[in-house]
Parts: sequence; structure tokens; C-alpha cells
Amino acid sequence: MTSAPDRGGNAPAVQSASVEAMYQDLILEHYRQPRNKGALPGATASAHIANPTCGDEVTVEAIVDGGVIRDVRFTGQGCSIAQASASMMTEMAKGATIGAVRRTRAAIERLLRREPVTRDALGDLLAFEAVARYPARIGCVLMPWRALEQALGDRAAPGDTP
Amino acid sequence: MALVRRADFPLLAGSPSLHYLDSAATSQKPAAVLDAIRDYYERDNANPHRGAYALSVRATDRYHEARRTIARFAGLADPDCLIFTRGTTESLNLVATAWGMANVHAGDEIVVTAMEHHANFVPWQQLARAKGATFRIAPLTSDGRIDLRALGTLLGPRTRVFAFPHVSNALGTVNPVREIVQLVSERAPEATIVCDGAQGAPHLPVAFDSLGVDFYAFSGHKMCGPMGIGVLLGKRRLLEAMPPYQMGGDMIDVVGDEETTWNTLPHKFEAGTPNVADAVGLAAAVDYLEGIGMERVLRHERELVALADAQLRALPGITIHGPAPRDRSGVVSFTVEGIHPHDLATILDERGVCIRAGHHCAQPLMRRLDVAATARASFYVYSDESDVEALVSGVREAQRIFGAA
Repeated sequence: MTSAPDRGGNAPAVQSASVEAMYQDLILEHYRQPRNKGALPGATASAHIANPTCGDEVTVEAIVDGGVIRDVRFTGQGCSIAQASASMMTEMAKGATIGAVRRTRAAIERLLRREPVTRDALGDLLAFEAVARYPARIGCVLMPWRALEQALGDRAAPGDTP
Repeated sequence: MALVRRADFPLLAGSPSLHYLDSAATSQKPAAVLDAIRDYYERDNANPHRGAYALSVRATDRYHEARRTIARFAGLADPDCLIFTRGTTESLNLVATAWGMANVHAGDEIVVTAMEHHANFVPWQQLARAKGATFRIAPLTSDGRIDLRALGTLLGPRTRVFAFPHVSNALGTVNPVREIVQLVSERAPEATIVCDGAQGAPHLPVAFDSLGVDFYAFSGHKMCGPMGIGVLLGKRRLLEAMPPYQMGGDMIDVVGDEETTWNTLPHKFEAGTPNVADAVGLAAAVDYLEGIGMERVLRHERELVALADAQLRALPGITIHGPAPRDRSGVVSFTVEGIHPHDLATILDERGVCIRAGHHCAQPLMRRLDVAATARASFYVYSDESDVEALVSGVREAQRIFGAA
């Protein structure tokens, strides 16, 4: 075979830099060393979510007591974004009130949809901001949050106005 | 070098830096196909088979001319045994429903393989459940081919259906159809043999009449044709004995108050206004492919697969699933240690390289490979060495970002 004509196939470096913004150290570090991964004995709430198109799945288990998430862990497998999101979510949710978890979930959705959001409240979760550029991957960030929300079900969030 | 001019494909011509490596999902379309569809609508469009005026006669002629062209391409001498459908999925459901419900009974056995696309797996699994038949899955060899010895032990006098793919969509494995048909005929003489040709017809020569299978299905959109059109090829005695699949216009003969009789083949299985324009488009796609020659298509894909296979294997942490390139069509299915296929697909996408990442509608196969997903690059007539280079350099870039190599 003769060598192919160059169609300018290699994208310019500037694009590559933005994909690296998504795969920043914090996300890759959580992907490699996920926090709170494994089963949670004595869980009082749990939910399993699978994405039928990609095969990724996550199970979130939590011990909920008096409107507070005393402990939360996850199992499952998936891409770096979903795994890092699950890991960082458990860090945020552990010890948090149900109301705070729901507010954070809403905030991260706004962040991913590029809607106005109070950035300070998101902390490390701002690491997912670059995912907004990749609509196909937004669901990867949200999958563990959807599982946690499903696990919490319609539990009231004491002290929160509806 | 690509087999054809990139300029033949408007989408590719308009995106010179795009490396489209997802042709196993759907191919790009040459201008000749788009022009044929437009030409039909601009000059000959009417509802066919109504015949009251010259325009409708022209539409009818275009429709059946398309049928003859596609039948000839697929090695089917009797074009009335070519049923137009929406695609392979509908073709296989037609067989499993119309033929299957009438011919599979409690205690019968249905055998499929572990490399099925869901479209040739779920309809048979559900038919077996509905009828109380036994559903069996033939295992694969470690290099992703059907284990013929194990298959032989699953076949028997009660086997009523054997369903298998001509080419695996997830691995690219080209199955030895004649050898398989001989084995099935010897061990399971009562079995109807159903071949999923969705990844066969686009990539290699198909000669239905000498293939020995009873039904063969393929889709237009994976072979340069439009979406929404496909075919079922079947043996006349089976098609004639089967009840219809859908009821409505065109497929009837006489509709009485209490009873209805059915139209002849192929109309019996084509209820409602047919998709003439896309049939014409698929015929144009067939003309385009015949202009190249299907032997050359397969040879070209294998050259690119061999190149990609060798270059990917030279990288650390790469597992390529499936047999050696000489036993595959234009598919490379692989995993990269430490990098999930979706992450790989996103990084490649950023560099203009389109690959599929996921289970490829083959979850039973993924379970047996013990992976949740693979990355799949697939080549076609317009692919060339620069696509392989972009794929391999993108994988290297992903390994750099992930610190995996």
C-alpha cells in the first residue's frame, strides 16, 4: 500500500488542551483511587442505575438517619468520569443533609448545562465543568447522582423548605 | 489509498479532517445514492401498485427494478423472494414472528451463537419463551470464532431454528457459512437456518441461492444506502407457507367480511405503502458497490485491519478481541488497559476520529469476553491509511493523558 495523502487529520493542539481540561488530575486521581468504593453493610437506602447503551452501572448505598446521610458508598464500573463523579459525590454527601445533597445535585446539573450557578458551593465538583463541552458525557457525571437521588427516594429533608 | 474518491461522499468531502471509523454502525452515503433518491421524488413519485395513471406505473417500475437489482447483487435468482423491510432488525423479527410462531412448538430447540447482535438473539429468546422451546447458545473459541465442535453437540433432531451472523458486528469475525450449513444440515435436518447478514452483505460477496441458508437479512444503511430500508431473502417454499407479518393494504388478495386471502410474493409481506425512494436508493448503493467489486471491498478492509491490528498491538496494554485479520472483515474491536472505551472515544473524537465505544448491541458476547465494553474501529471503501494513523496516534494520546503508558 502506498502512503496516504495527508488530509490534515491531526487536530490542532488547542483542541487537545480542552480534552485535557476534562481529564484533569483531580478526576484521574479519583478514577484511579476511588473513595468509598465497596458495599455498605447496614445500608438503609440503595439504588442501582445502569446505562443500557454503554453498559456502565453504579450502585449507591447509604445509611440515612434523621435527614442526614451518615455514610454512603458505591460499587459498579464505568468510565473515568462516572467513577470519579461517584467517588467525589460520596465525599460530598457523607455527613451532609438530604437537602444539601439535593441542592448540590441541582447545582452540578446547572454547571453541566452552562446555566448560572453558585460556584463556591460546588468545591471540587467544579472539576467537572469541562464536561459541559461533551454532551455525550454529561450523563456519566450525573449517573451516580441519579442513583443517590433514587436511593433517597421521597424522604423528607428536615429543616428544608420544599 | 481508499478504494473510492472521498469526493464521492458529500459528508466526507465536506469534512476533510474527519476520520469516520464507525461504518459498521452506519456507512456514509455516496452522492449517487442521494441523487437517486432525489431523482425518484422529483420525477417518478406516486403510490405504486395503484396503476390508474402513468406516473404510478413509473413508481411501480422503479420499485421492482430496485428489487431486481438488489436480488441480483445478493445472488437471488427469484426477486419475488426478496422482501423489503425497514432493515435487518425488522427482517429477523418478521421471520421469528411470522414463521416462528407457526412452526416452533413446545419441546423444540432454538440454537443461536454467543456472537449475535441483539436483533438475532432477543427475537429467538422470546420466541422460545413464548412457545416453551429450549433456547441454546453456541459458545465461541477463545479467539472469537464459533466453536463448531461445541455447536455440533447442541444440534439435534429437535433443533427447529439455527440463527447465526454472517459476520460478527462486535468482533468482525467472518463465519464459514458453508461449513456451518453442512454441520447443521447433518446434525439438525429439521432446522431452519437464519443468517443475519447485516455485516455480511456490505463487506463481502453474498450468493444467497448457493449459501444454503433459508433466510438472510441485511440493511441498506450499512452498505452506502439510506436508513430505513433493508431486505429479507427467503426460500420460496418457506415464504409461501408462512402467514403474513403485518396486515393492511397491498398484502391482501380478496377481503371478505369474515375472511381474507393473501396477495402473492413479495406483496404478502409488504403491507402498506412501500418505501420506494429508499429501495431506489439502496439499488443505487448496490450499483455503486458493484462498480467497485465486493471482492475488492473485502480485500481493502482486510489490508486496513491488518495495518491497524499490527500498529495497535505494538502499543502497550492493548487487547484486540476476535480472530486474526485474515478471518475478519473491516472491524478492530479492542480495549486499552486503564482506559475505559468511552474515555478513549472522547479523546479520539476531539481529534476528529469517530469510533464506537460500548457493548455493540452484543451483551451476551461482552459477558463472555468478560468486558463491559470495547472500542470498535470499523473501515469501509472510503477509509485509508491516514485513518489508521489517526486512530493509532489518538490511542497513544489517550495513553499519555491517562498516564497509562
